[in-house]
Amino acid sequence: MSIDRNMVRRIAKLARIRVSEEDLPRLEGELNSILKWIEMLNEVDTTDVEPMTSVVKMSIKMRDDIVTEGQNPAAVTANAPKTEDNFYVVPKVVE
Amino acid sequence: MSDLTSLTISEARRALRKKEFTALELTDAYLAAMEQARILNAYVAETPEQARTMAKESDRRLAQGGARPLEGIPLGIKDLFATKGVHTQACSHVLHQFKPAYESTVSANLFNDGAVMLGKLNMDEFAMGSSNETSYYGNVINPWRRKGSNAALVPGGSSGGSATAVAAHICAAATATDTGGSIRQPAAFTATVGIKPTYGRCSRWGIFAFASSLDQAGPIARDVRDAAIMLKSMASHDPKDTTSADLPVPDYEAALTGNIKGLRVGIPKEYRMEGMPADIDALWHKGAEWLKAQGAEIVEVSLPHTKYALPAYYIVAPAEASSNLARYDGVRYGLRETGDDVISMYENTRAKGFGREVQRRIMIGTYVLSAGYYDAYYVKAQKIRTLIKRDFDEAWNKVDVILTPATPNAAFAPGEITDPVQMYLNDIFTVTVNMAGLPGIAIPAGLDRAGLPLALQLIGKPFDEATLFRTAHLMEAAAQFTARPERWW
Repeated sequence: MSIDRNMVRRIAKLARIRVSEEDLPRLEGELNSILKWIEMLNEVDTTDVEPMTSVVKMSIKMRDDIVTEGQNPAAVTANAPKTEDNFYVVPKVVE
Repeated sequence: MSDLTSLTISEARRALRKKEFTALELTDAYLAAMEQARILNAYVAETPEQARTMAKESDRRLAQGGARPLEGIPLGIKDLFATKGVHTQACSHVLHQFKPAYESTVSANLFNDGAVMLGKLNMDEFAMGSSNETSYYGNVINPWRRKGSNAALVPGGSSGGSATAVAAHICAAATATDTGGSIRQPAAFTATVGIKPTYGRCSRWGIFAFASSLDQAGPIARDVRDAAIMLKSMASHDPKDTTSADLPVPDYEAALTGNIKGLRVGIPKEYRMEGMPADIDALWHKGAEWLKAQGAEIVEVSLPHTKYALPAYYIVAPAEASSNLARYDGVRYGLRETGDDVISMYENTRAKGFGREVQRRIMIGTYVLSAGYYDAYYVKAQKIRTLIKRDFDEAWNKVDVILTPATPNAAFAPGEITDPVQMYLNDIFTVTVNMAGLPGIAIPAGLDRAGLPLALQLIGKPFDEATLFRTAHLMEAAAQFTARPERWW
């Protein structure tokens, strides 16, 4: 399956990465060469094969539903590019 | 006093306990060596003050006779590990100025065992790369050069800073991580020992996630014994990582018994790739002969799905990466680029913050997970993963370890490989191990005709790192690999 320029635009949009029009042809070529290489997998018959969900068999661990850490908003927001009173500040989302 | 930086961990450990020198003297020797080796670009942040404080604490404990396992041993930490209050950016611009408020479990384990932190090590951005050319902080240079040449070579990747720092003796050992070969391939390119333990052996908590079902931490060290000492301290069961294994961590150093009589060593015929350099093929044969001479039995095995591991990896790893890297959006940490609305802020931030290779992988991952393609790509790849694991399970009925080359080539020059798929092929011998969750170790075994190091890889059963260390230790002795890069920096 190869992808066209519009699909590259759509993927970039979904991935939330701004891609300029000049960069589209390069990306289209690179992504297609990777996808073409991956097509090799179609040679493999995977009928009745279960997809792997865990590399090592382990039972899912349960823990008590309690707060172990928290109440530290200053540390949580310390690395944020823009904050106010321990809140993250973003451009206006709701009119 | 002889050069303190030439000592292995086990040698330095003995000398520190015998008070031949202090931990502070050892740390200062490394700090001076780091300063002289800055041209290699192995460190992205040096932490001399922290190092001296930690070394002084080690001296206090050594004086009292209460030395911990790694007391006073100076280490480099890959920039992928969160270190509290210290530069941690996965060598990405998107994590601009990030300093975590927490410590990764693996680095905490090392420091609780007395290790000293010298600084943070360069790497490919978010561990995506095989040459350390994708770091925001520039290329790392391999201390090794071709015979009679001054041309720079890559140290491999993604743990290129770790491998270079260990090879150049600007740390005693280093932490590293391996998602498709990122410990073993750079170890092979620099004549160091690197082990990727079984998935779950080390906690992933505080290690920035690339592909969560494949990522695993491990050490790069100067010899097999040092790697065993390091892994013992790094590994633990950690309630903060539900995929970390609730199993006791063996004393790996005690596993170096020097006896592999009766050990069954598998040679997978599918690894005999067309176009394999003669030097690598010859070394692989030699490796089998060394083990045979020690009383091991050599058995041919078949891993029929080997050639599908790498393409399947390039579905699974980008898919998981696209999900894991969604968090870098300019809101909670790191870089923020402005935009007219919140969406364009995200898009501008991610366009500026991520390098080309990372963007490529996020986009591949986004595509294979998008509506209508999920079954054809992601589910298909996970099914192939089951087949890869099944191949190994069958092999384990016949053999105890598997011997392969570590890489399809020796170190190459920066800029030499520009095609992404060509670059990906560097991991062809290592990636199967990640896909099946197994442990694998790279051991320096010889030089090619250009004088560059080549390595062999041993693959083990799940959680049987002890047998890998035992076998690798004998292989190391047989290889008698003593070559060192000529010091040009």
